[in-house]
Amino acid sequence: MKKLNMLMALFVLSLVWACGGGSASTEGSAAAPPPKSMVEEEADPMENKGIGPVASIKLEEVNEVLVADGLKIFEDMCTACHKVEKKFIGPSPKGIMDRRSPEWIMNMILNPDEMVIKDPIAKQLLIEANGAPMANQNLTEEQARAVLEYFRTL
Amino acid sequence: MKNKNLIIAALAIVTFSFASCDNSSNKSDNAGALSGNMAERAYVAPGEHDEFYSFISGGFSGQLSVYGLPSGRLFKVIPVFSQDAEKAYGYNEETKPMLNTSYGFVPWDDSHHPDISQTAGELDGRWVFINGNNTPRIAKIDLTTFETTEIIELPNSAGNHSSSFVTENTEYVVAGTRFSVPVPQRDMPIDEYKGNFKGALSFISVDPEEGHMNLEFQILMPGFNYDLSHPGRGKSHGWFFFSTYNTEEGHTLLEVNASQNDKDFIAAVNWKKIEEYVKNGGGKKMPTNYAHNVYDEKTHMATSTMKKEVVVVDPLEVPGAVYLLPTPKSPHGCDVDPSGEYIVGSGKLSANLTIHSFTKMLAAIENEKFAGDAYGIPILNFEDVMEGTVVQPGLGPLHTEFDGKGNAYTTFFISSEVVKWKLGTWEVLDRKPTYYSVGHLMIPGGNSRAPFGKYLVAMNKITKDRYIPTGPEVTQSAQLFDISGDKMEMILDFPTIGEPHYAAGIPADLLKPNSRKIFKLEENEHPFVAKSEKEAKVVRDGNTVHVYMTMIRSHFAPDNIEGIQMGDKVYFHVTNLEQDYDVPHGISMIGANTSELLIMPGQTETFTWEPKGEGVWPFYCTDFCSALHQEMQGYVRVSPKGSDVSMKWTLDDEWYDSE
Repeated sequence: MKKLNMLMALFVLSLVWACGGGSASTEGSAAAPPPKSMVEEEADPMENKGIGPVASIKLEEVNEVLVADGLKIFEDMCTACHKVEKKFIGPSPKGIMDRRSPEWIMNMILNPDEMVIKDPIAKQLLIEANGAPMANQNLTEEQARAVLEYFRTL
Repeated sequence: MKNKNLIIAALAIVTFSFASCDNSSNKSDNAGALSGNMAERAYVAPGEHDEFYSFISGGFSGQLSVYGLPSGRLFKVIPVFSQDAEKAYGYNEETKPMLNTSYGFVPWDDSHHPDISQTAGELDGRWVFINGNNTPRIAKIDLTTFETTEIIELPNSAGNHSSSFVTENTEYVVAGTRFSVPVPQRDMPIDEYKGNFKGALSFISVDPEEGHMNLEFQILMPGFNYDLSHPGRGKSHGWFFFSTYNTEEGHTLLEVNASQNDKDFIAAVNWKKIEEYVKNGGGKKMPTNYAHNVYDEKTHMATSTMKKEVVVVDPLEVPGAVYLLPTPKSPHGCDVDPSGEYIVGSGKLSANLTIHSFTKMLAAIENEKFAGDAYGIPILNFEDVMEGTVVQPGLGPLHTEFDGKGNAYTTFFISSEVVKWKLGTWEVLDRKPTYYSVGHLMIPGGNSRAPFGKYLVAMNKITKDRYIPTGPEVTQSAQLFDISGDKMEMILDFPTIGEPHYAAGIPADLLKPNSRKIFKLEENEHPFVAKSEKEAKVVRDGNTVHVYMTMIRSHFAPDNIEGIQMGDKVYFHVTNLEQDYDVPHGISMIGANTSELLIMPGQTETFTWEPKGEGVWPFYCTDFCSALHQEMQGYVRVSPKGSDVSMKWTLDDEWYDSE
């Protein structure tokens, strides 16, 4: 029994010795991720600011000049997939100010590729749109802000 | 005894463990390690970028290929002189005019020698030029879009071979004719060639801002064959050097008849002198006919203009502008070193390489020491201009480039090798075989004032057994050498397209920041653009129908069209509304007698369709664009001629009609 142990110990030692210098043996088995809850926590969508360049937006009185800019940009760049009067490829922007935070809206416009992968609401929307992705139309932050202003009037 | 056995067993295990684990942390300095290291030097890890772009001529494919170095990966084939169904180049209505010539629509050419634009003798990465050999043309490719944006035809030329090389500040892109021909063309006996045919050397100016090309003048030289050319650099800036063969002026069995003279010539042309002469009203305005085709990136359309006149210059009328430097045996390459002092003539039937000195040439001109003349053009004495020879470096020298460290590299076609030699001492430093029968070589920047002497690409004419066989026709092979050390080391072997003749390389960092990602919709000035779905429509004009269509992931607008009739000619003008990088869409229509369209974000392209039968005919997106790509499709209803089915269209069953 003892001899067998010794043999085993030598064998193990020889392995470590021969293949030594490798990093793996002890650190390799990193802790498994903690088990995920099966139920996603219900978060307040208005608290979700999304992922992207816009951290905080302070809304003041509606700026009509900005609204007009936003309408033009929306019509040029967004109406292939979004219509005000109905759900088309994606949702209608009507009432969006009650459903989403302004930061989330702008981040979805400016950073859709990352949003549909990481943001829980955007992930769900992608599924609802049968996988039709939100196109990144390369709007500037100023342009996205104008579109947001236009959304406030819908 | 038992214990001893145990120890032996344990030792055996330890030994076995040593042997079985290949822990290759300390490689020894044996030969095997060296070759392993070579593979590493050509390896570009997944996701990493290559250090250099190389633009390798597509030869008889008529195109220009873009490879990365050192990986040898093919990134793009830029359509230049030949139709490309993949990209709709020469098929769509916008680019058909690019292939217009004085002979009509010519859908193919033989592309030869790319050269990158320069400022102060160094690569500036704005454009790459390449010559079409068969129907003489020069093309300009914009290196922000990697698209052909201009093609100019060359009158009075035939076999546009000693082209398309740029002067130090891209003042001119220069093109010499291989064939001499009657100028102007006329019906005459072929055997009256000698003394009657002319060789045109064309100087095409390049606008420093927009890059537009203009054929400023042609020098009408004696009826030799003009093979290759290179500009002077530094001290020799203002001169251009052309190699010639067939100074015998043979017109048949050139294989024999053009190889009689011991020496042919390198023609030295003082283009600054001729430029001044022409600016002062010199030269003769000759009626002619050639096409000048320009692609406009704002309208996404090309226009072809026929030009009717060219200025031709008789070299005898500009004293001191042209001299002939005797150079042994049908020189091919005519390469100027980075300092501008040495002009290397690769006499392809000669045993030696000949190097002329620019300084000696000027002195001989100054002293008016001439050996005679050819049709009035002074011939200098070989001994007066020759600076040195590389003695018997190999067989069949073709082309030389430079590493910027005082070394030159020459290809030898017959002996299948690249030879490295030293400028000034003319001693051979190294030689390496190529596989097989190398033509040109390329060092990034290797024909400029400032070469990047790290890699050398040898482009071969013959491949034989280098790759797994693909039937009788095999691709052309190229070999990549690391030339950073004293000896050249072959580190990669890769296939190329359509027999490359020459290439131009440039550090990736000089081009990457300028590479366009999309075309901005707001800047789209195409006359049939639809910038949003609101602008999508169908317009009838007699038997012609214009469809203003848009595309975005993943639908067309409109996607149902009715009211098309037999006998109609339908133009689909399709705009890609995407504004994101790498989201092209394609479109193809069943039975269309043309290619698909492949439309980049923000771009508009047009195909024509003439329905062949009544019915409902589908179209679809050809470029996988999203998870719903397979849903990106539509229908066109075709009714009999004179039918009362009204012209209407829809997306999602909201129908619109024309008026």
